[in-house]
Amino acid sequence: FAGLADVSISEDIPVEGEITVPVGSHSPDEDYSTLDEPVRDTIMRDLKAVGKKFVHVMYPKKSSALLRDWDLWGPLVLCVSLALMLQGGSADSKDDGGPQFAEVFVIIWFGAVVITLNSKLLGGTISFFQSLCVLGYCVLPLTVAMLVCRLVLLAGSGTVSFIIRLIVVIAMFAWSTLASTAFLADSQPPNRKALVVYPIFLFYFVISWMILTFTPQ
Amino acid sequence: IASLVMYLFAEFDDAANLLAANPDATTISIDEPTEIPKQQHSRLQEPGREEDDELLGTDDSDKTELLAGQKKSAPFWTFEYYQTFFDVDTYQVLDRIKGSVFPVPGKNFVRLYIRSNPDLYGPFWICATLVFTIAVSGNLSNFFIHLGKPTYHYVPEFRKVSIAATTIYAYAWLVPLALWGFLMWRNSKVMNIVSYSFLEIVCVYGYSLFIYIPTAILWIIPEKVVRWVLVMFSLCLSGSVLVMTFWPAVRDDNRRIALATVGTIVVLHALLAVGCLAYFFDAPELDYPAPIIPAHNVSTVITKSR
Repeated sequence: FAGLADVSISEDIPVEGEITVPVGSHSPDEDYSTLDEPVRDTIMRDLKAVGKKFVHVMYPKKSSALLRDWDLWGPLVLCVSLALMLQGGSADSKDDGGPQFAEVFVIIWFGAVVITLNSKLLGGTISFFQSLCVLGYCVLPLTVAMLVCRLVLLAGSGTVSFIIRLIVVIAMFAWSTLASTAFLADSQPPNRKALVVYPIFLFYFVISWMILTFTPQ
Repeated sequence: IASLVMYLFAEFDDAANLLAANPDATTISIDEPTEIPKQQHSRLQEPGREEDDELLGTDDSDKTELLAGQKKSAPFWTFEYYQTFFDVDTYQVLDRIKGSVFPVPGKNFVRLYIRSNPDLYGPFWICATLVFTIAVSGNLSNFFIHLGKPTYHYVPEFRKVSIAATTIYAYAWLVPLALWGFLMWRNSKVMNIVSYSFLEIVCVYGYSLFIYIPTAILWIIPEKVVRWVLVMFSLCLSGSVLVMTFWPAVRDDNRRIALATVGTIVVLHALLAVGCLAYFFDAPELDYPAPIIPAHNVSTVITKSR
């Protein structure tokens, strides 16, 4: 400390400047301003985010919006609507019919969690909720297929309607698998990609099977 | 003083290396520390057992024992601990599946393919695939069998998925647990038995179930003969994988106990196959309109002859 003794400010240089701290950061996060906005704006912002992700799923380009701003509203809405549409099937008294609401729900969520854990255990770099988000959103084509199947079944349930349903379900199953693979495959180590893609294939295959075997009462 | 510090650091390094080579304090598989002296002991006893060494793959067993000692050193509450069970690449999984479908006579599946790197990926996803394959194939097969009947109304039979899942996962986890416990118990009585860790036994059982996946798909064919031929064929293949794995482990024991153990393994495996076939797939011979007509003819013949 001996060498620092002669560092000092000479008294003829005026010290000047502002010492006030600017209040209110102008960051685009608007943390404090969302309290004052109307409720409609808050809801519309979230709805627009969900809708944008639906569009990303239907036209899967490698955009990072789906991964970066994950949310689970879309998967919840899709899962509930799919499980509701799978009700009203051949529910005989000897409970040999289709899956119950709870079974569909558990299969989708538990299946998504298991696939996410599998990809993380194999060394994937994606985060847990991002992967859940992608897998849930990619159920959208299959939900559309379920809607189409129910409409076709309203018209009739013969061989022709079965062939139409088969084609629609196969197409939507391929779309779902390809969309989720497009989003998730990049975050896996290169020599384990097939190990990660196969469970996703199995997951959407099971959901497609449930949709295809739906028979109305 | 500096040289003394360097000497102490060198000693510490040596101790750390020795500990890494043989960490019986931190590893969970308890067969490595005792396996090397046992193999040397058996080699000294009977030098004419070369084919057993090949069966056990003891050529590079020292290296694999050392390598095995360096894995699984993370504490069990961390994520990295479970990542060590998924440390396989695509080609390794495919190799293991190929080894379970084409058993090479005389080669031990565990020593040849697993080599102290048991994984949980194969057993878990093979069982999941098998559950859904059996449920879907059973449903399809019943649909085709009952197709022409007017009283038949198709049901997806979704209950059977949960039954299939319970059965197959219980078989793939509880039977290895029982077998591992039994081998540990015999190991404490008879010293020179090769023993496997619990995960290696789970691995063998999981991969041996792979052959049932194409078998279940082929069971859709509604011919009884075809189905039973398929059962025998797949049972022979996967049963031989299991037998060749566990025979060296019990061979040095009392002859009756060894045969009983191997026999139980094969019988349980057969029960699984036959049980799945019987429960999920209806019998194909359910057409009864023919017998009514001969009875009518017989009654008309009797009335005519009166």
